[in-house]
Amino acid sequence: MKVRVHLFALYRERLGCGQVEVELPAVASVEALLQSLVETYPSLARLVPNTMVAVNQEYAGRSDALHEGDEVALIPPVSGGRL
Amino acid sequence: MILITHERLELEALTAQARGPSNGAVVTFLGTTRDRTEGRRVLYLEYEAYGPMVDNKLQEILGEIRERWGITDAVVAHRIGRLEVGEVSLVVAVAAPHRKEAFAACTYIVDRIKETVPIWKKEVFEDGHVWVGSEEAGVTTSDSGPDAGSG
Repeated sequence: MKVRVHLFALYRERLGCGQVEVELPAVASVEALLQSLVETYPSLARLVPNTMVAVNQEYAGRSDALHEGDEVALIPPVSGGRL
Repeated sequence: MILITHERLELEALTAQARGPSNGAVVTFLGTTRDRTEGRRVLYLEYEAYGPMVDNKLQEILGEIRERWGITDAVVAHRIGRLEVGEVSLVVAVAAPHRKEAFAACTYIVDRIKETVPIWKKEVFEDGHVWVGSEEAGVTTSDSGPDAGSG
């Protein structure tokens, strides 16, 4: 299946684009998607442990299942308590 | 009311959205852009948002203050894009019959925004930039590197 992954902030800059399409097995989890992304883009390896993932605009767990056509987003840490 | 905009945030107009005859208190919070981070001079800042999810998350937060304090008159406005030092990036205005719950709900909203709302801040220095919270500690992305201009 194909899922579209939206990239923001640091990730958008690292990959040089705002979204990528990832081909995954018919049954795949968020974790499998992240592994696939790291294989394709090794520069993400150090960032992924601190990344939240949103599926269809809701925060998702690493073991959550993905479905064809899902809108996935990598959410790097938000600006964080420094106001 | 929720507003995500590239335009300058107008405090008076935004606060007016929360005011009303049944409210005796309006608490406002302004987030403003700093000129220094850890001793380094900030030239300007850029904010980026995951638009549709920001809307969802802010609606959830407004739902939470409705449940906890019965407050329905609240405004959250976040500016995105390029901001100069000293500008207003965030306005939160909360109106309530009495001040205690207005202060509490305003603090609550700002704290929750920092936890769950996907908006990112880039600080640009003379010799590079940092996505706040995202970079490995101490690492600055050089603007002259291969990534330059990709945004």
